[in-house]
Parts: sequence; C-alpha cells; structure tokens
Amino acid sequence: MMSNKLKQTPSQTVGPFFSYALTPEQSGYNLKSIASPDMRADDTPGEHINLSGKIYDGNGEIVSDAMIEIWQTDADGNYLDRDTPPMDGTFTGFGRCDCEIKKEFYFNTVKPGPIEEGHAPHINMIVFMRGMLTHAYTRIYFSDESDANEKDAVFKSVPTERRHTIIANRVEEDNIVTYQFDLHMQGDNETVFFDV
Amino acid sequence: MSDHKIDTHKIDTHKIDTHKIDKRDWDAHPPYVYPDYKSTTFRGPTKPLVPIAHTLSELTIPAFGHEQIQEFDNDLTINGRVDGEPQGERIQVSGRVLDEYGRPQIGTLVEIWQANAAGRYIHKTDQHDAPIDPNFFGGGRCVTDENGRYTFLSIKPGAYPWGNHHNAWRPNHIHFSLFGMSFASRLVTQMYFPGDPLLALDPIFNATADKIARESLVSKFSQKYSIPNIALGYEFDIVLRGPAATPMEA
Ligand SMILES: [Fe+3]
Repeated sequence: MMSNKLKQTPSQTVGPFFSYALTPEQSGYNLKSIASPDMRADDTPGEHINLSGKIYDGNGEIVSDAMIEIWQTDADGNYLDRDTPPMDGTFTGFGRCDCEIKKEFYFNTVKPGPIEEGHAPHINMIVFMRGMLTHAYTRIYFSDESDANEKDAVFKSVPTERRHTIIANRVEEDNIVTYQFDLHMQGDNETVFFDV
Repeated sequence: MSDHKIDTHKIDTHKIDTHKIDKRDWDAHPPYVYPDYKSTTFRGPTKPLVPIAHTLSELTIPAFGHEQIQEFDNDLTINGRVDGEPQGERIQVSGRVLDEYGRPQIGTLVEIWQANAAGRYIHKTDQHDAPIDPNFFGGGRCVTDENGRYTFLSIKPGAYPWGNHHNAWRPNHIHFSLFGMSFASRLVTQMYFPGDPLLALDPIFNATADKIARESLVSKFSQKYSIPNIALGYEFDIVLRGPAATPMEA
C-alpha cells in the first residue's frame, strides 16, 4: 500500500519576504489581498471580538517576520467551507495577518460558535515564520468558556499543566472585547502545537 | 515526479474515506529544529506535538474563488510592469497539484513569490545589495484547473546571500503557498531548479532527510512547457495530504 502512494511535498520555510505576495494590502503593496485580518463587516452576526497577541522565540524576543492564519466557524458554529460558502460574502471565517508592522498579530472577527454539542468554541491557528521549516498548528480556546472547555475532547487531551497556553484571555474595555493570546515557541510556557 | 509514478489501479477508491485525511508524513517534512539552519534552534517548537483526532476544524477550508484572481496574476512578466519589461531569463512554470493517490486537487489556490533575476525581493526590508527591477513585482497566484494544473510565467529568480553561515547563498527558488482541500492540507514550500550547485550546500533544502521527498522539490526542465522564442519551461508537481484510503489486504 505504502509503495504506491506519492510522497508528500516537503514543507519549506515561508522565509522573511512573503508579505508583498501573501498579505499585500495589509503590508502596503499594490496587490489585492485574498485574505486579511479584518474578517467581519459591521453587520456580521454574532459577538464582535478582536484577537491579538505577540509571538516570543526561545530567547524571549518578539518574532515579527511571521504570518498567522486562522480558520473558525461563524457565530452559529458553521464552517463556511468549500461546500457551504457564505451567502453574503461578508464573513468567510478565514483570516491572515503579517506581524511585521505591529510586531504582533491582530484580527477583527466574531466569536465562533461550537461546531456541535460537546465541542468548545475555538479558533484554529497556523503559525508560519522565518526560522520554521514546517508550519505549526494550534487552537485558541476562550477564558470565559471553561465549562465547555472541560468537556472538549481535544482540550482534554492536552496535559493539564499545558492547557493555559491555548486559552485566550478575555478583556473588555470601552465596549470592545479583545481576546489576548500570546504564542511562546519554546520554553516553560511553550504553546501547545498539535500534530494535525 | 515521473520517477515515482503511482499505479492507480492498485488503489481501491471505494475504501477512500473523504471524512479523514492522511497523516502528515514526518519522513517527508523537515523537523522543527534543524541546527544547520540556525534560527530553527530558537524558533522551532521543542515539546512533542499533541496528537489530535480530526474534526470539522481540520477537515474544512474556505473556497478562494476565481473572482479574487485578476487577469495577470499568474503572469509575473507583466503584473509588475511600470515602463518596460522585467530583466532576466523568462520561464514558464507549470505543474499539477495532487494528493498522495495521484488525484488532482481542483480549484485550489496557488500563491507564489520570488526574488528578481538579480536575487533581490521587492520586499521593503530586503537589504541585499543587488538591483531592484522597477518592472518586476515577483508575486502571483492562480487557481488549479480541472486537471489540478497551475501555470505561471515569470523570470528565473537569482540566488541571494543570507546570514545563516559564512558565504551562505540560497539556491534559486520560488516560494509556493497552497491550500488543498482542508486546513490540514495547508502547505508552504519552495521550488528549486535542476542542476543548481547551491542545493548541496543549502540547509533549508537539506533539512528533509528523505531523498525522494527532498528531490521532489527540484523542478524538471521541460521542453513541453517551454514557449518557443519566449520562455524556458519547468515542471513542478506538488503532492498534498488528501482524503485517506483504508489499507487494502495484501
Ligand atoms: Fe526566498
């Protein structure tokens, strides 16, 4: 069986110079972006939230030549995927952010709903950067969903002492809800990455 | 990719489960920490990855439609023109995006970016002391057709120095970004050119231990995709993770 499968094409680093092609509008280049950090419109249903965080390397330095992609359900818990694209085109659930200018990632989105009973709401994240040969997957769970988190099979599969690394902290200020989620590539608080 | 063609007759398509996706083949992918590529030692995760049973979160992906692609997005010899033609050797790069069973990945977005013929990126922080080409942008994209094929017209990128070690030069390469059919099949990679002497010295290329996988990153010169009097052809197929097949009885 194995012998007649093709070998997966190896991953290679995104390198430092991707933003003019992958996040051009956000980074000030003259090309239309296919995805951006601004994922919602004013009238997108659901609770409007911001998500932001910094990325720290093993020396505690902030990583800025990185790109973050997120993929999430809408407020009702639906993935607007290839088979069920959004009706109005305002919210796809996919966001992409270059960290170069602000030295952090930031998204304007809506709080996702759970995909089904027993699953906690979460945002799926991919981390790309210079100095990583292969991208890394993580999930963002929410600090105000601890009951749901405790029932979520993926969340529960993470060793207890590492679960705090995949919980975003809810901060409310001037009627704006921001979830804070820093990534630690290495060290005692190394973010949990999944073998997706 | 012709040197490891698969025999599709040996695959029982009834046993392919579209609700599952094949595992990431860690023999085919470089490790997170590979000391010859210095930055990996303080940027790559070091703790074991946590296994995950796939849910809709991993098995879905948004559609990126043709409506987002503009007319010359796959022609890098045109899309950056200001007052003339870009400098350098014109190339046509074409290939198929397949899953591990050789099935074409149709309608999937392919994004590329690269240095100009002198080895300089248009990116604002590229400090390499080589000329910017005012008529070359170096970024493009397209959506694969009904055969899973993509095609770009471009300029052969130059090699450029980097700070990894003394006298380090990256081999000529084009960066590729692909989505495939699910969040799990996401891939960012690089395409290289045949016969490049820098490949043997490049820690990024050499980080993949498996020889067949590693060499699949090198495109093949192609008469078929050469355009007479215009461009030299290179063919580069890409294999993504796809729906899983249940192993057959021997
Ligand atoms: Fe490069």
